[in-house]
Amino acid sequence: MSLPTLTLRGFVTVLMLVALALVPQLVELTGNAFLIDLATRCVILAIAAVSLNLILGYGRMISFGHAAYLGIGAYAVGIPVYYEIYNGYLHILVAMAVSAVFALATGLVCLRTRGVNFIMITMAFAQMVFFTFVSMEEYGGDDGLVIEVRSEFSRFINLEDATVLYYVCFASLLVVLYLVKRIVNSRFGMVIRGTRGNELRMQSLGFDTFRYKLICYVIAGTICGFAGALLGNFTNFISPEMMDWTRSGELIFMVVLGGAGSLFGPVLGVSVFLLLEEFLSGLWLYWQLVFGIFLILVVLFANGGIDSWLSGRSRRSHDS
Amino acid sequence: MTAKALLSIVNLHKSFGGVAATKQVSLDIVKGEIHAIIGPNGAGKTTLVSQLAGVLLPDSGRILFQGNDITRMPAHRRPHLGIARSFQITSIILDMTVLENVLLAVQAKAGHSYRFWANSGDDASLVEPAMASLEQVGLQNQAMQMAGPLSHGEHRQLEMAMVLATNPVLILLDEPTAGMGQEDSTRMVRTLQALKGSRTIILVEHDMNTVFTLADRITVLVEGQVIATADPDAIRSNPRVRQAYLGEELDSIPSEPHAEDSMTKSPPAC
Amino acid sequence: MDWTLLTVQFLNGLQLGILLFLLASGLTLIFGIMDVVNLAHGSLYMAGAFLCATFTQWFDSFFLGLLAALPAVAIIGLLVERIVIRRLYQRDHLDHVLATFGLILAFDALTQMIWGPDGQVIPLPAWLDGQVMLTADIVLPTYRLAIITTGLLVAVGLFVLVTQTRLGMRIRAGATNRTMISALGINIGMLFSIVFGIGAVLAGLAGMMIAPITEASIGMGNQIIIVAFVVIVIGGIGSIKGAFIAAILVGLIDTMGRSYLDALFKLFMSVQNAETSAPAISAMLIYILMAVILAVRPTGLFGPRGH
Ligand SMILES: Nc1ncnc2c1ncn2[C@@H]1O[C@H](COP(=O)(O)OP(=O)(O)OP(=O)(O)O)[C@@H](O)[C@H]1O
Ligand SMILES: [Mg+2]
Repeated sequence: MSLPTLTLRGFVTVLMLVALALVPQLVELTGNAFLIDLATRCVILAIAAVSLNLILGYGRMISFGHAAYLGIGAYAVGIPVYYEIYNGYLHILVAMAVSAVFALATGLVCLRTRGVNFIMITMAFAQMVFFTFVSMEEYGGDDGLVIEVRSEFSRFINLEDATVLYYVCFASLLVVLYLVKRIVNSRFGMVIRGTRGNELRMQSLGFDTFRYKLICYVIAGTICGFAGALLGNFTNFISPEMMDWTRSGELIFMVVLGGAGSLFGPVLGVSVFLLLEEFLSGLWLYWQLVFGIFLILVVLFANGGIDSWLSGRSRRSHDS
Repeated sequence: MTAKALLSIVNLHKSFGGVAATKQVSLDIVKGEIHAIIGPNGAGKTTLVSQLAGVLLPDSGRILFQGNDITRMPAHRRPHLGIARSFQITSIILDMTVLENVLLAVQAKAGHSYRFWANSGDDASLVEPAMASLEQVGLQNQAMQMAGPLSHGEHRQLEMAMVLATNPVLILLDEPTAGMGQEDSTRMVRTLQALKGSRTIILVEHDMNTVFTLADRITVLVEGQVIATADPDAIRSNPRVRQAYLGEELDSIPSEPHAEDSMTKSPPAC
Repeated sequence: MDWTLLTVQFLNGLQLGILLFLLASGLTLIFGIMDVVNLAHGSLYMAGAFLCATFTQWFDSFFLGLLAALPAVAIIGLLVERIVIRRLYQRDHLDHVLATFGLILAFDALTQMIWGPDGQVIPLPAWLDGQVMLTADIVLPTYRLAIITTGLLVAVGLFVLVTQTRLGMRIRAGATNRTMISALGINIGMLFSIVFGIGAVLAGLAGMMIAPITEASIGMGNQIIIVAFVVIVIGGIGSIKGAFIAAILVGLIDTMGRSYLDALFKLFMSVQNAETSAPAISAMLIYILMAVILAVRPTGLFGPRGH
């Protein structure tokens, strides 16, 4: 670690970040305005995926309800705007606070279960949020609600400008990546990773693993709630469909595709996922057939995702 | 209960669906001793250790540590009183480095770990004691290797290093030399010998050579019951013990110690 | 109290419960024995519905269509097991979830390719389309009664299969203690295929029976499969008895909740509050039930104790 040699993995990471930083310039050059939409979506989902990776990759808590936080975050923008409250700081605050409370309350129940029960109960809680919003006729119910005005911050940060919105999202991604990097290498992160490896051992060393996992779960949910607030602003639209269980499934896939348990993997996973989706759906009406098969092949043959491929390591053998 | 007892076990009882694995066990562990617990397979040794460690809750009876009732204290709080354990089947974190495993043990003792920012691998207050523990078991040269691929003997040593790193008052060792080769096993005995007097150790062990080399006192457990607690000489000559358990095994000491491989034993039926 | 409505709702709940049981029994066996989480079980449900629609058209008979569709679904199930599921046995739950999620996407797209984006209607024969008069004012649709009867018969058959036959003994042995099947010297690959085949047929049958009411549509399995998972988690994974009790419980609670919760709420809150909150709460009822049960018993009602 003393010599900063540039590995393939490091090279791709830097390249990717530079490319993302230059997207607006690229749009100007090519005149392809659609590109910035794709990039914004990519960056926002990357934040969500990075947050999911914190629990799924580092803590092996397979949450199948992470899209609920995207929905909560988006509604935390949509509902205030409906009442003509445009203060962006307030939106973000509400999005993160509600997500944190939801994660805490549900985590208290979910984390008592193991294995497939954990997967299913996280999904069940997400379904509960889904149906809550479906039943709220006031905010469009099933059909969703258009967000007329984006969050207002200051004169200098005008989200109505696509480039500004993009850079806000991109900067947020950088902050979140740095945050997660610090967390996973901290004492707290060590406890989480140790618990993934051998929870009984961690308890007999004296760690109250339940509490550590719970806090990790809350952090991940809070970050994803923030991503949801960005997503609401980006799409100008909220609907329960944002938190359908298949959305949660896609998020998991993005993380695993990129490499669960690696810092930058989820960003790669999201990018490849969206590009492929974009490419295939333009090509063939029934592209999901190819996509589904691709997904299966990735699971069967690409152990450890893109990240392990870049770093030349295959997934640890005991991850049976 | 004697005044000097560090740990008192009083009428401890535990059964699994009608089958008693611990039967009214009472035992005092004196501060500073190495107290061996021996007995045939399925005698309830691991079950007893698990209750002391808090992984299993007894049906009745009490466990007192330094005079405090810890019978129902959760497992994760006992290490903070100074109780550490090793597992019969190696229990380490395979996808971390050797050093990281021990770092976690040090960290467990160094107050709470709700620290989210500073890199724990750079923290001298963690790394130095961790390295010291690794040296104690002779694993310092493997510190940076991943724990998974190491040999079985090295896994056992690492497990011991993790126990030592928590700086415990009372150490519960469940067959620390199980499945080890001669050389590793000798090294482990030496490590334990070096601890003699400074720590209190409860040692579950099948290898009689190791037991009689290390133990200050021995308790014999048969079918969940204590049939004798005494110093090694008295145990050797105790007719009940000889009849129930030791018989020929004792006569062979100190001749060739047989390597008993507990890893090949079948798991308890459930 | 409107007794007609209550009876009808009760039967609706029972019918939902029966369908859920058909889905969940296969799911819980597959999970109990093979330790595989199969999200694509709902795709077999959908496949059953579409195949039944087509065969009904060919033979011009719902009954023959159903009979022909059953083996077809079994074949699809066996193929899926052979090609994909079999490779997942040694993997962890995360891989199961992802690979079978991929299967769902593929199945949905494939179905759309073959049948187009629109739903397929299945006409019922006249003798099933009518109504049965129970009392002067309680009138029930014949077909719903037929579904319930068929489902109960299948449930009884499944119980007999599992408790009385040699195959069933092996299945039970596998579901309660996975290491035991290899110890008994049973051909595991064969057993897994059979169990998966049975699961596929049961799921397909559920799809075929519901299709005349709702029509066969793309993605029809994607919501009910989640409820089926709720059922097996509540019932305890691997337990057929648990699946049955939980399925009926979930079916009744869900249906009754949707029709009576607002009335219940009106007893202790304002009409307006009741009308806004009842729909949300009733949609969440089964998930609340699951959360409560798991909070009290982390392995479900009849799940294995300990870990
Ligand atoms: N979790 C459990 N459930 C049911 N029975 C158990 C359980 N753990 C242990 N037993 C039973 O309790 C008895 C004592 O087992 P234990 O593992 O404590 O014996 P042991 O003395 O450690 O044996 P060994 O020398 O083989 O390690 C055995 O009969 C065993 O089958
Ligand atoms: Mg033992």
